[in-house]
Amino acid sequence: MKKLLKKLSETYGPSGREDRIRDVITGELQGFCDEIFTDKMGNLIAVKKGTAAKIMVAAHMDEIGVIVTYIDKKGFLRFSNVGGVSPYILLGQRVRFENGTVGTVGMEKIKDSKEISLEKLYLDIGAKDREEAERFVKVGDIAVYDREAVFANNRMIGKAMDDRCGCAVLIRALQELGQTDNEIYAVFTTQEEVGLRGARTSSYHLNPDIGLAIDVTTVGDTPKAEKMAVALGKGAAIKVKDASVISHPKIKALLTELAERNDIPYQFEVLTAGGTDAGAIHLTREGIPSGVISVPCRYVHTPGEMIDLADAANACRLLKAFLETPHSELQQIYSCSAL
Amino acid sequence: MLLLKLSEADGVSGNEGKVRALLKEELASATDDIWTDTLGNLFARKGKGKKPRVMVAAHMDEVGLMVVGYEKSGLLKVTKVGSVDDRVLVSKPVLVGEKCLPGVIGAKAIHLQKPGERRNILEIENLYVDIGATSKEEAAELVNIGDYVAFAAKPHEIGNNCLAGKAFDDRAGCAVVAELLKEDFPLELTAVFMVQEEVGLRGSLVAAHAVHPDFALVIEGTTANDVAGVKDTGYVTKLGCGPAITIMDSSFITQKKVLNLLVNTAEKHGIPYQIRQLTTAGTDAGAISRAHEGIPAAVLSVPCRYIHSPASIINLDDYKNTLRLAKAFLVAIAEGGLSFEETAEKIK
Repeated sequence: MKKLLKKLSETYGPSGREDRIRDVITGELQGFCDEIFTDKMGNLIAVKKGTAAKIMVAAHMDEIGVIVTYIDKKGFLRFSNVGGVSPYILLGQRVRFENGTVGTVGMEKIKDSKEISLEKLYLDIGAKDREEAERFVKVGDIAVYDREAVFANNRMIGKAMDDRCGCAVLIRALQELGQTDNEIYAVFTTQEEVGLRGARTSSYHLNPDIGLAIDVTTVGDTPKAEKMAVALGKGAAIKVKDASVISHPKIKALLTELAERNDIPYQFEVLTAGGTDAGAIHLTREGIPSGVISVPCRYVHTPGEMIDLADAANACRLLKAFLETPHSELQQIYSCSAL
Repeated sequence: MLLLKLSEADGVSGNEGKVRALLKEELASATDDIWTDTLGNLFARKGKGKKPRVMVAAHMDEVGLMVVGYEKSGLLKVTKVGSVDDRVLVSKPVLVGEKCLPGVIGAKAIHLQKPGERRNILEIENLYVDIGATSKEEAAELVNIGDYVAFAAKPHEIGNNCLAGKAFDDRAGCAVVAELLKEDFPLELTAVFMVQEEVGLRGSLVAAHAVHPDFALVIEGTTANDVAGVKDTGYVTKLGCGPAITIMDSSFITQKKVLNLLVNTAEKHGIPYQIRQLTTAGTDAGAISRAHEGIPAAVLSVPCRYIHSPASIINLDDYKNTLRLAKAFLVAIAEGGLSFEETAEKIK
């Protein structure tokens, strides 16, 4: 998990430009699924064929970034955000474009730190003038944080743990999956950070019986953090609710029971802001019962996102247990009975 | 010129009938296959059965107001339909209801405003529409609650090569799409004129579902902010610099291969273009791209100054070049520039 997660974290892949990360994940899945393809929105779909319940598991490949909107005469680049990027976090950061061009984030002179906004920031790629800058970067190119993933005790710090950590969990689960008759669609979705877009179209396409998302969640265990009962290292988080979805009660119950039965440490997650792919999946077509397994993550949407590898391993165990659940048990979740 | 007729017609979101009638008449001879759906979207198709199946789309609706009540004095209380800037409303002539009664948007005269009031923006709650009625009863006889109020503005040429008027967002797009349908392309082309974009991409959502094309090209009117007091970093687009290509907005990100084909087509044919700087605001491409299993799309826009106002300005060369680029782009698609089968091809 360690090496895989480091590789995924360091790979380039902002919303709408997921080609590279998709290639890396495709490589990891070779030999572990019956079929693998991409769809029109760029989602990567790996299928493990079966005859029982159709389960879609989504982990998003994309990460937040900055998109160039203007290049001035002196070669400085103005930019806008792709997904939730804070100007306070960006200041002084190093960012990297798909072609490897590196830049640093500078700021106009301001009187008060409260004035910091994206409009006051710019990217400096070391170009002398516009002409030189345009040889490396064009308006519309997207850069992501340039950050090496490192280990600290049993924890990992780096960019894009949201949601490469979920991707790693899903890849490992597929690689280590035991015997099951369920048909499994592992979907590495695009454009989650800009509005759950890839999950919406892929769930329409696949029309599964059950939807599950694997994503990170924020925590409440840091100094003066917002009150929240999720902590790093305390196990996989079973989502109850966020701003996009209320987990299907039977999926939440099954996940809880599986965790108890298999001695997998778990915690319940109630996230007051933010959403995940399950938000789009559960409202697809006539509605798809959906739930979420989360990996707790500190400092979400910064280049220093921190996760605990034990939490990721436990999320993976819980996911495998869910995917191996017998058909009869899963059917109780999604079969509609006439009154 | 079709664009002039389209711009002058009133068609606030949900009330697009006049614009639809104009387009129907214009396109009746260009195609046999023309129909509307339950939401009011207008569809016109050519080359049925050919591949690939491409949808070109523009929205018919414009921003405006709606009557919500009467004052004792006969003045009309109104609310906004779509994103209208309160500051552009005061003293503008308008047309009210199906009969297009002339009216003006009124407010307290400057002499009567207290110093504090002068500093504040007059918001919609403090504005009203005056149709010359002298009592509530008289107003109620002429106008119903729920009647639409549209800006009254006859488009006219301005300067050497510009048009001033209302609703170029998105009647300029409607005119481009109508012109495209008159041409012949070796593909199945469905032109869609959509309703209710300004209130939340509603027409496009169902239209894309019904057409289910391989690809969708949306033609829009977009903000040109190349005006006094704005630095060039904030222009969004510039008048006279060609059609604007969207890379990202709040609803949509253009796929790289689509973007490359658009840019390469423009360069190959020597058609000027610009990249839209802004990454916020949404277009119908957002709704279309998320229909079914996902539909690849692109957005081309005619830059428009003072958008969402009755005195917006477009450059006619930009309009013509948008049409040129759209044509060349459709030809490039027909020639296999985007291989739709490959996108969903099985890797293994």
